[in-house]
Amino acid sequence: MLRGYVPPYNATVVQKLLDQGALLMGKTNLDEFAMGSGSTDGVFGPVKNPWSYSKQYREKRKQKSHCENEDSNWLITGGSSGGSAAAVSAFTCFAALGSDTGGSTRNPAAHCGLVGLKPSYGLVSRHGLIPLVNSMDVPGILTRCVDDAAIVLGVLAGHDPKDSTTIQDPVKPFVLPSLTDVSKLCIGIPKEYLTPELSSEVRSLWSKAANLFESEGAKVIEVSLPHTSYSIVCYHVLCTSEVASNMARFDGLEYGHRCDIDVSTEAMYAATRREGFNDVVRGRILSGNFFLLKENYENYFVKAQKVRRLIANDFVTVFNSGVDVLLTPTTLSEAVPYTEFIKEDNRTRSAQDDIFTQAANMAGLPAVSVPMALSNQGLPIGLQFIGRAFCDQELLTIAKWFEKQVQFPVIQLQELMDDCSSVFENEKLASVSLKQ
Amino acid sequence: MAAPMLRLCCPGRRWALACIDGCSRHRRGAPNGCTSSRRRGQSSVAQQPFITAQKPRKGEHEWAAVVGLEIHAQISSKSKLFSGSQVHFAAPPNSLVSFFDASLPGTLPVLNRRCVEAAVMTGLALNCRINKKSLFDRKHYFYADLPAGYQITQQRLPIAVNGSLVYSFCAGKNRSQVINKTARVKQIQLEQDSGKSLHDDLRSQTLIDLNRAGVGLLEVVLEPDMSCGEEAATAVRELQLILQALGTSQANMAEGQLRVDANISVHHPGEPLGVRTEVKNLNSARFLAKAIDYEIQRQINELENGGEILNETRSFDSKLGCTIPMRDKEGKQDYRFMPEPNLPPLLLYDTESLPAGADPQQVIDIDRIREQLPELPSVTREKLVQQYGMLPEHSFTLLNEVGLLEFFQNVMKETRAEPKKVTSWVLNTLLGFLKQQNLAVSESPVTPSALAELLNLLDRKAISSSAAKQVFEELWRNEGKTPAQIVSEKKLELMQDQEALEQLCHAVMEGHPQVVMDVKKGNPRAINKLIGLVRKATLSRADPTVIKEILEKKLAS
Repeated sequence: MLRGYVPPYNATVVQKLLDQGALLMGKTNLDEFAMGSGSTDGVFGPVKNPWSYSKQYREKRKQKSHCENEDSNWLITGGSSGGSAAAVSAFTCFAALGSDTGGSTRNPAAHCGLVGLKPSYGLVSRHGLIPLVNSMDVPGILTRCVDDAAIVLGVLAGHDPKDSTTIQDPVKPFVLPSLTDVSKLCIGIPKEYLTPELSSEVRSLWSKAANLFESEGAKVIEVSLPHTSYSIVCYHVLCTSEVASNMARFDGLEYGHRCDIDVSTEAMYAATRREGFNDVVRGRILSGNFFLLKENYENYFVKAQKVRRLIANDFVTVFNSGVDVLLTPTTLSEAVPYTEFIKEDNRTRSAQDDIFTQAANMAGLPAVSVPMALSNQGLPIGLQFIGRAFCDQELLTIAKWFEKQVQFPVIQLQELMDDCSSVFENEKLASVSLKQ
Repeated sequence: MAAPMLRLCCPGRRWALACIDGCSRHRRGAPNGCTSSRRRGQSSVAQQPFITAQKPRKGEHEWAAVVGLEIHAQISSKSKLFSGSQVHFAAPPNSLVSFFDASLPGTLPVLNRRCVEAAVMTGLALNCRINKKSLFDRKHYFYADLPAGYQITQQRLPIAVNGSLVYSFCAGKNRSQVINKTARVKQIQLEQDSGKSLHDDLRSQTLIDLNRAGVGLLEVVLEPDMSCGEEAATAVRELQLILQALGTSQANMAEGQLRVDANISVHHPGEPLGVRTEVKNLNSARFLAKAIDYEIQRQINELENGGEILNETRSFDSKLGCTIPMRDKEGKQDYRFMPEPNLPPLLLYDTESLPAGADPQQVIDIDRIREQLPELPSVTREKLVQQYGMLPEHSFTLLNEVGLLEFFQNVMKETRAEPKKVTSWVLNTLLGFLKQQNLAVSESPVTPSALAELLNLLDRKAISSSAAKQVFEELWRNEGKTPAQIVSEKKLELMQDQEALEQLCHAVMEGHPQVVMDVKKGNPRAINKLIGLVRKATLSRADPTVIKEILEKKLAS
């Protein structure tokens, strides 16, 4: 639909970065209209995870199988902001922007070994962000280390008169303190997040992380978010309803793809939208319209809103009981090969993969995925921290401490290593950042 | 432009089949050609073009009609409701369209403060309860003039509810009796206007102009408290005057700033309400009453013939003078209402609830707005009656004619003449001339100053009233002369010289002894002849009453 579309204005977040001297290097690939968890359903084709070509992964694969066609079993990045993740992961750029509605920034961050930040809803302007679900979208930030994410957030956060859902309070750029003492922290582990689908590797890393905090003096307790099991269904009802509404503007009349039919306005609309949207988008529009019908509105949309309130309240209760931050997995497992991912359809995959991430969107809370370690296959696994609303700074401070503890390795890509070997010899951190 | 003169309206709400003393005696031209077999009967009263002429039949019942209105008024503001593009009538197509208006992805609505204030002002003027919290919703439908595929409106919780619109008209013998009627205001809501589409059938295309897309509208919903076209038209007229007095809308129907949809049904008194139809987009004051009355009669006819009324949408064909179904509105529309997620609830305050230290730029205080409300038409009319001893029906005419009140007030400022005289000259003479040539008050060749000067001359008795009329006609020709100049040019001054006048009278009496005889004999009309002769002799420059006095004195002696 928007293939040839060149927007005539800059999004606020883009403009803010440009105003601070950033260079826009390019636009990245994604799932069409941010609908998906693999970045496989875009008009420009699927996105390949740079870790597919990493030394760490390749070496592990060689051990397992022989005569492998180098490129046939490449891995997905996760999604929907997979292109942005791939760009940052491959050292193409300092940082990238994505969007996060149900986990679309944190999911690929985890699969690509990056820091993926979803700020609090209302902290960062959505003006210029093509909406998926207006009440849950936020611009997402992808970087190689937490300090970088904090820098970008400091530039982007703050009230925007063009976005009426941003908070009024002024926000100043900040520098993250380097926490040394975590004994005053209380980490919550939501028990409902321990699902059978969780891979054993992720589960054990999650445990390890909890133990890490405990051993350093923090209080680590099990907490309960009782409405977690309703979350995914509730998310789907609200998401598709808003999608149906937000996609109504794409009619080919003012901009974007327009079909050749001109028999009547209706025929033109129908053909334009059939041609311009893929199956995933069309499926969600149809579902959404169903939920918004007069006879269904109360039972689906309003009900879902009520459940949403309950989910948000779950978090409030937990945070009010003294928990500073929640620690959960980001994804069920490490990145899977493309050929395996596409065995299930988009909707199924989304339902599976959003499970840990979408609650934060429902509740508007800040959440960040931090890479922890490599799997047995040599692929990144990340864990998620969820913080109190508008306590993004505190959240990142804790994430930064964690990052320092785990010392996640830098991706070893051949070309990179040849160019920057001197840099990497001296520095184990994943970021080529301003600190040097 | 000009509002219809206030007329008699339906006494009560009864529509007899043989509509004898029925609703408005329309004199709006010959019955037009919308033929339906029912209309050819002869009634006992002639000249009933719409309210039909039918033979009373066995088992006839009386009918009552109910009319509700949805009125859309464009808010008078510099920019649109949710975006910064300008609001302007008749600008080049698509020259006032912001990214948001064109529904470019990623754009978000930002509420216009002025529009909210306009809604609050209007709500207060209509005695509504202002909701301190109101919500915005999306109403979805696909149409080329709606770029986003939805309109942002207030369906769940509008900004103002439960008010009333008092409208009055003059009835009775000489239209001297003022009757007040009230239509309840169900609600007032803020919403976006759509763009304009022009269908070019020749080239099989539709042209879309988005200048109007996103302009702020006030939708005023009136309950079905009206019972005929005239009542509806009067209510709309009063609303127009209120909006114009408040400055919240220019409410000019010709420029599309005020559009009316009517909901009409008929039933037998005492029985439940009938099925209603909606007549959409009545864009002219002239056709408003016509269309409503036509539809009422159509429904009566239909039901009388054993048919049934469909709950449908119709439009008014002004050429044929009848309502026709709108094809593309067949089938019920489900607008899939959904809360607008990009706009938080709209919170208004009053002096009590205003948070301390609140930035006045960011909040609206209802009490403040109430204090600053301009004078409403009903108050203005009352003041005119009190201040100038004017008849109520005159106060209506003064306000109903655009610019007439201001004209009147300007004349009053510059003249010592009695208000009654001024009123008479303005309402009868000036207005008469304007109507004859179909001019607006603003186009009057006679300025308030000129009329004031003329009235001063009259008041000083420098000229007679017939001379004054002559001067007025001369002024109307707009040749740049002042009244004084005209008077002196045409030698219209009244003779001030008493002696000279007496001599003339004497001369005339001398010259017409037989007429003098007649007078002395007691023929009352004879003296008029003498007066006439003297007048001629004075070249009409003498006051006839003075002449009569002198003659009578002389005759008596």
